[in-house]
Amino acid sequence: MSLLPFFQWCYQTPIGGAIRDSTWLFPLIEAFHLVGLGLTVGAVLIVDLRLLGVGLSRQPVTQLSAATEPWMLGSLALMFVSGTALFLSEAIKCYYSFPFWVKMTTLLLALLFTFTVRRRLTRMSRASERSLLGRFTALTSLTLWFGVAWGGRWIGFS
Amino acid sequence: MSLLAFFEWLGNTQWSVDLHESQYAYPIIESVHVWTMAVFFGLAVMFDLRLLGWTFRNVPISQFNRRVLPWTIAAFVIMVITGTLLFFAIPLRSYQNIFFRMKMVLLVLAGLNVWFFHARVYPQVIGGPDSSMTKGARLAGALSLSLWIGVVFLGRMIAYNWFDCDRQPQPDVINFLTSCIPTAAEH
Repeated sequence: MSLLPFFQWCYQTPIGGAIRDSTWLFPLIEAFHLVGLGLTVGAVLIVDLRLLGVGLSRQPVTQLSAATEPWMLGSLALMFVSGTALFLSEAIKCYYSFPFWVKMTTLLLALLFTFTVRRRLTRMSRASERSLLGRFTALTSLTLWFGVAWGGRWIGFS
Repeated sequence: MSLLAFFEWLGNTQWSVDLHESQYAYPIIESVHVWTMAVFFGLAVMFDLRLLGWTFRNVPISQFNRRVLPWTIAAFVIMVITGTLLFFAIPLRSYQNIFFRMKMVLLVLAGLNVWFFHARVYPQVIGGPDSSMTKGARLAGALSLSLWIGVVFLGRMIAYNWFDCDRQPQPDVINFLTSCIPTAAEH
């Protein structure tokens, strides 16, 4: 079954149409999306740099993870809302865009990884500190999020 | 030679034309600019949140300074290099772009805030207890947060040509702010 009819339906939603008809809306929503991206990356990096042993080093991983989690969730929500709006306005273009599919795939993997493996690891007290598993988790997390950022930027070039 | 004439000349150099017309170099440089922006902005905001006391209250500011700031600076350096290249590819148009000009103003203000923080606030903060907070730290954090959000917004808007010189007529105030002198026919 092709997903194209669904993407066409998305394209025809009133929200998508309103964004297409406006000069300012798309760039403005995009700017919010970018601020959300930066916030997410910051919150993820504080923990991943710690796991890699090259960031904050005196605080337990559990503590840093707890401190950054609300900001990560909040910024992910901001990105999800703004990203959905952007998507609705150009859903058909997205359907035919290779970077879009790369982004959606890596996003799914990144979210799955973040809320299963990485979350479990960062909640285990001490276990993740300076361990090979911790470094591997951080590298995987950063690689997946970079895939999302790569796809996101290149949707605009295609 | 005026700045306008200089950037016009710069834009006509072979290097600038090649970069502007390149199929891959320009988009790659722009992508690196955006990705390092995310790293820089994200880590700067985490620092600001600490200064504001909104999170990481038990992480000493000095620790942030030692362990996180180097990454922030590295990302900033890459951003300045790629940003300069992006400007070099389209000098005249960027120079006369209202969002670019506003972004540069905010960048200078953000730079002054960095100086204010490191010269005035930081020396007071490092001696204190781990959770130390001062009015100055809060102020520097709030200024930094607002200025960098502004820089990201304006940076994104540079791509749009609503107020560009070649789109006349524009209100006088816009042409003044973009140093644009429309020809009589356009007016």
